[in-house]
Amino acid sequence: MNGFSLTRVWAVLIKEFKQLTRDRLTYAMILALPVIQLLLFGYAINSEPRHLPTAVLVQEDSVFARSILSSLRNSAYFDLVAQARSPAELDALIRRGEVQFAITIPGDFTRRVARGDRAQILVEADATDPSATGPAVAALAALPTQALVGDLKGALAPRLQASPPFEVVVHRRYNPEAVTAYNIVPGLLGVILSMTLVMMTSLSVTRETERGTMESLLATPVEPIEVMIGKLAPYVLVGVAQTVIILSIAKLLFQVPMLGGWLGLSLGISLFIVGSLALGFLISTAAQSQLQAMQMSFFYILPSILLSGFMFPFRGMPGWAQALGEIIPVTHFLRVVRGALLKGQELGDMWRELAALLAFVCVVTALAMARYRRTLD
Amino acid sequence: MTLAIDVHGLNKSFGDKHVVQDVSIQVEHGRICGFLGPNGSGKTTTLRMLCGLLTPDSGDGTCLGLDIIREAGAIKRQTGYMTQKFSLYEDLTLEENLMFSARVHDLDHRKARVAHALEHLGLIERRSQLAGTLSGGWKQRLALATATLHEPKLLLLDEPTAGVDPKARRTFWDEIHALSAEGLTVLVSTHYMDEAERCHEIAYIAYGQLIARGTAEEVIGRSNLVTFNGEGQGVDRLSAELAKRPGVEMAAPFGASLHVSGTDRKALEAAIAPYRREPYSWSEVEPTLEDVFIQLMEGSEDNFR
Repeated sequence: MNGFSLTRVWAVLIKEFKQLTRDRLTYAMILALPVIQLLLFGYAINSEPRHLPTAVLVQEDSVFARSILSSLRNSAYFDLVAQARSPAELDALIRRGEVQFAITIPGDFTRRVARGDRAQILVEADATDPSATGPAVAALAALPTQALVGDLKGALAPRLQASPPFEVVVHRRYNPEAVTAYNIVPGLLGVILSMTLVMMTSLSVTRETERGTMESLLATPVEPIEVMIGKLAPYVLVGVAQTVIILSIAKLLFQVPMLGGWLGLSLGISLFIVGSLALGFLISTAAQSQLQAMQMSFFYILPSILLSGFMFPFRGMPGWAQALGEIIPVTHFLRVVRGALLKGQELGDMWRELAALLAFVCVVTALAMARYRRTLD
Repeated sequence: MTLAIDVHGLNKSFGDKHVVQDVSIQVEHGRICGFLGPNGSGKTTTLRMLCGLLTPDSGDGTCLGLDIIREAGAIKRQTGYMTQKFSLYEDLTLEENLMFSARVHDLDHRKARVAHALEHLGLIERRSQLAGTLSGGWKQRLALATATLHEPKLLLLDEPTAGVDPKARRTFWDEIHALSAEGLTVLVSTHYMDEAERCHEIAYIAYGQLIARGTAEEVIGRSNLVTFNGEGQGVDRLSAELAKRPGVEMAAPFGASLHVSGTDRKALEAAIAPYRREPYSWSEVEPTLEDVFIQLMEGSEDNFR
């Protein structure tokens, strides 16, 4: 009878531990991962974003208008970054996503407040991401009773009693019912594509190294760019198939609006697929085993989920985290997808994001080509 | 005669390990050159430098008249290289593996070439079998067929028959000789002495340095080794005892007999003298290639220890 032997358990345990310490990347990951993740995401993620970029269209230059603006500024939720000169300009700013809020103070505002005649200001919120606008919109409730306290004196003092002197009309644009799925489902397209494509391609080259077939491949006349194109092309089809599946489900099950921008969207999807594949290829030139390739892909995918604006509002993050997020292609891709589907952005509205994706493709491809070895040196 | 391989003073280091030191090799067209040496002696590294998989730190030369550093691409097109580890795609069928090689080398009449190769191997009925399911000997023959599909002029084989049974090894070597008869130059590394003896010439490398070259007879002749063969009940048990005596460089049992070798005939005879008694009998024999190599190995400095 064999029974149960503690010595044998000990033998396996010691072997396992020694192997663990010899795999430096795993070791580094076990120790560094919690620290990096906690510091990075602990400080970066904020579900109550403040200092949201806001554009204003002030159609009358008055004491009241200035008071309202300064009170908005004091709330810390709104950063007044642009003064629109026309409703069309204001509309373009919010459509392109340059601002989160567009506030209009109409031309007859002072007169109506003075008369007690249902004075209104209009706040348009880009509600593609409901969680980004929610807290700021909630904070607006206090605006009417407080903004004009200093101004309504003397004969106007009675305007402060009874009912608030004006009301704030909030338009949640692009997603009036604040359906979270409208924001998450298009975002998932980016996350799922990067997860599968980066990981699959990063494994494809390391698999050859690990199985020993790389040596034979290198001994043939095949050129690096030929290997790269040949290896990545099948996965382009995988990416396209995934896109079709995700968008169909988004439409059929989640009723995600699809307003248009198909040209920009197609361009964005193509660039993003190619970029993700090139990144996977780059990872595979650095990783020595399939396990390492998986670990490195993981290092990329986590920030893609947390810092890209997929899970948490991008503008809720501190400046350094936003800067980091701008480097991640998923960030730009999400803006393209959400912009096209929810806002019907045209090419002219999203060219910056497309340019960023193109830059990513070029840089990563160049790096991958530079790193790919034709020899075993 | 022109040289298919003509390299001089090749050096390669990995970190602080000087894996190949000033190795020069010349192989004539159409010859089979056996490349021998202990594990870790730099054979694989040298082969890799010859086919452009590694860049030498220093040294120069030509393969097939092409510069090994500047024209590595052109050398690759005319060279077949078989790696030490089976390096075909185990999850592709035999036919798919051959077809991949045909395409990568941009060959014409690919279908016909692949079919011909399969037929030649006698694997035409098993063309749709996955390469990973072949036995060791068949794998190596398939790898050889793949490495020669593009009709290379030079064939570099890195321990092609390691772990392969004797019959499959013989078939493999018959094929190498057939290829050589067609004018192909072959450089093959091996640990098997019988294979070394089937080569036209041999090169012996130890710890990064080339220390013997020539035909098997030349290498044995040049070693100045004297070998006595002892027979009789229990003679094989004397090896440890004899190895300690002055003049004996090597004592190794061969089945029930014992090979005792040394370069100094007088000292060796003196060492054996006390054992020239019943039940032992001694006779001088021609040293085997193995005797010579073990002696060479012991004599060369091991820089890896």
